[in-house]
Amino acid sequence: MSRAKPSWAVRVVKGFAIFWWDFLVGDTPELFVAALVIIAVVALLRIVLQRNALAAIALPVLSIVALGVSVRRARGAARK
Amino acid sequence: MFATSVSSGALVLVVAVFLASAVEMVEALTIVLAVGHTRGWRSALEGVGAGLATLAVLVAALGPAIVKVPIDVLHLVIGGILLIFGMQWLRKAVLRSSGLKAMHDEDAIYQETVNGLSIAGPRQQRDRISFVVAFKGVFLEGLEVVILVITLGTSAHRLGLASVAALSAVVIVGIAGAVVAKQLSKVPENAMKMSVGILLVSYGTFWTGEGLKVKWPGADATLLGFVALYALATWTLVLMMRREVGDVTTVA
Repeated sequence: MSRAKPSWAVRVVKGFAIFWWDFLVGDTPELFVAALVIIAVVALLRIVLQRNALAAIALPVLSIVALGVSVRRARGAARK
Repeated sequence: MFATSVSSGALVLVVAVFLASAVEMVEALTIVLAVGHTRGWRSALEGVGAGLATLAVLVAALGPAIVKVPIDVLHLVIGGILLIFGMQWLRKAVLRSSGLKAMHDEDAIYQETVNGLSIAGPRQQRDRISFVVAFKGVFLEGLEVVILVITLGTSAHRLGLASVAALSAVVIVGIAGAVVAKQLSKVPENAMKMSVGILLVSYGTFWTGEGLKVKWPGADATLLGFVALYALATWTLVLMMRREVGDVTTVA
């Protein structure tokens, strides 16, 4: 028994969701998670603790650290 | 004269959108040229037209809707997207520059597409395969351009300027591509990707901070500071990876 072909609307929604998943997560889930963590840390510093200077420094510094970790991870994968 | 009449923010915006659009246009054009040369131009160009029309409908639908979102939420969401997307581009560019990842080879992609199309059955006057491959190439690469134009343009309140920069890149790369046919591998794509990555992460950092109500020292000029900081970090990462790359094999 063959399964019914999904409707045009379902395929469009599925395609849209897959596009955004590939666009934001793709093969670098660590960068997606890092961005969420960075936003959470900066929100904590700026909005909860009211430490503007710390938040302004943490945002670029954590982004550079995330990039470095992701590049190192790729290097590790290449070694295996 | 021109340089003094536009702000540094506008200049960074134009450069970011222009380079990003040019990179995506090179990728789309490679697919369209492969389809056109292999299976004829009629259906390939119809696929291009349909792809562009679909993108235009998306822009018309998304453009007015996005300006209704509260500004802090818009800055945070757009900043987050640009931060992720920029770090992805930078990571790829660093890996390619240090030899850890193979360079993006347009000639190889062109040949791969040609090979795939050659075994796809006989050519018809109205060729469905040509249409679909050209449509997907234009739509998917174009969608990334649309997202960048809308996110960068809306955040900077310069959607018109961002659109003109993207359109200029598409036209210039289109004309150059038509003239040189399949010599797109000569485009320094990795250097362009690295520059765009630096600009996107800089914008992402700036808008994410704005969305979280961070007061930047130096206001808009902070953006240029971020560009310099991320360029330095990228350069350092490339040097570090090059030093370590000796005993490492290339990843796909």
